[in-house]
Amino acid sequence: MDIYLPIAGMSVNALVMVLAGAGVGFLSGLFGVGGGFLLTPFLIFYGVPPAVAVASSAPQITGSSVSAVLAHARRGGVDYKMGMALVVGGFIGSALGARLFRWLQQLGQIDLAIQIVYVLLLGTIGTLMARDSLRTLRQARATTDKPRPLRRAHRHIGVIAGLPMRMKFPASGLYLSPLAPIILGALVGVLTVIMGVGGGFVLVPAMVYLLGMSAGVVVGTSLLQIVFVTAVTTLFHAVQSGTVDIVLAALLLLGGVVGAQYGARAARKLPAEKLRLGLAVVLLAFATRLVLQLTYRPGELFSVSIDEGA
Amino acid sequence: MRGRAALAAACVVTSPALAAPGPRLYADLSAPKIEISYGYAGARLLVYGAVQYPGGKLPGESPKIAIVARGPDQQVTVRRKERVAGVWVNTLSEQFATAPSFYAIATTAPLTDLVDARTAAVWELGLGFIQYSPFGSDDPAAAGIFQRGLIDLRRSQGLYREDIGAVRVTDDIIYRADLFVPPSAPVGDYDVTVYLIRDGKVVSTIARKLSVEKTGFEARVSDFAERDALLYGLATVALAAAAGWIASLIVGRRG
Repeated sequence: MDIYLPIAGMSVNALVMVLAGAGVGFLSGLFGVGGGFLLTPFLIFYGVPPAVAVASSAPQITGSSVSAVLAHARRGGVDYKMGMALVVGGFIGSALGARLFRWLQQLGQIDLAIQIVYVLLLGTIGTLMARDSLRTLRQARATTDKPRPLRRAHRHIGVIAGLPMRMKFPASGLYLSPLAPIILGALVGVLTVIMGVGGGFVLVPAMVYLLGMSAGVVVGTSLLQIVFVTAVTTLFHAVQSGTVDIVLAALLLLGGVVGAQYGARAARKLPAEKLRLGLAVVLLAFATRLVLQLTYRPGELFSVSIDEGA
Repeated sequence: MRGRAALAAACVVTSPALAAPGPRLYADLSAPKIEISYGYAGARLLVYGAVQYPGGKLPGESPKIAIVARGPDQQVTVRRKERVAGVWVNTLSEQFATAPSFYAIATTAPLTDLVDARTAAVWELGLGFIQYSPFGSDDPAAAGIFQRGLIDLRRSQGLYREDIGAVRVTDDIIYRADLFVPPSAPVGDYDVTVYLIRDGKVVSTIARKLSVEKTGFEARVSDFAERDALLYGLATVALAAAAGWIASLIVGRRG
């Protein structure tokens, strides 16, 4: 069934959009990533103008993250205190990111910069996570009955432990300075604005490896931060560029919010190490796709953009 | 470009008309307006009309006709990817001041059989003869490459079309052609112009307006998004949050 998108100025197959939303929503609930890094390229591939694709993915991610956060919150899987610190940082980072974005735009080649940063980030994080979760899985198999020592929880936070004003984050099982999540949130906020994604794929590994948060609250807390960041991003795009298509967002949401529920449910059934391995595989697959896209001769060498206000 | 064509039209219409009354064209569209609503997947129109010959005398050969439908002009930037250090990046670009957003030409015969290059350029008949008005680089050869890139890309999107033989003529008087406007064609005022061609010259033209516009819900949404951008953004966020909450209530309970 074809539905016309009033802002995008084109028609799309409604079923395809609902299913795409559902798939991304499922991954979102499962891994705690927003899924924008998958959804936006899919929409562009489908023929949606890039600006509309970026701006209309944001509300879809807000919606499925709200859905998933509520699902995780029911099981106590959200650290609100930590989440708020991340959100505060996220707002600061978004403001900085907007400046940086304009600066890069003036330099030109921002597309290339974005793609290369993507490949590096996804590749590095994916490789680290895959290696680590495989090692843990192998160890767990070798010593089945002995509980795994929680060595990771405090291994990576040497520098972070030195930050002042330490306080308790009981849900995460941590005693550390709120500056750590604020700085982390700010970094993710910068990435969000520049790359048009929620930043969950950076946030989740950072929470595990840098902050050392307990695995049970990582996904839910990451999603909480994503809710706020993508809501602000939607407003930003609506006011700044007018490229948010509410009809497209509604179609994506229809599938997304349901998919997120089932994703969150699946996340509770799978062990954390397997989840981490799963996310690593998704990240690496996407990084590979980007590398191919950059290095293979594209089918169409030309691209056309309509100049504004002409 | 359009001004130039209009000027040419004025010349042609006045000068031969003084010598001898030429054939006259009549034309109409099956609908003067394309309304875009929720299920819009493009629109198919019929362009039809008749040729009236002076004294009612048929010339003994089928009239040669070209029909051009053209959307509002746009200023566009065309970029070209090149391989730099193993990576495909946009390197060069060219801007065009007057690229039509939509251009479809239907004819009774191949364009080269109907008109010579000069006439085609004067009337902008055919994708190769439109005035795209390149600017930005001084190199006409480079501009030509980008122009071909623009044409090929928009052809593949269905926005530019040449339908040879798509104009059907009945009894040497009545003509008709189908016109398909794809859903990606922008809103705005379109011109549908019919050209009667004889001995490689345009001897008569007639133009009809076609408007493509959003109606109902679609029009209200884009008005809302433009007028109250912040409110529209808030509404979208509220919709998203509500959808997430409702899904959590319905699906989550069973979990």
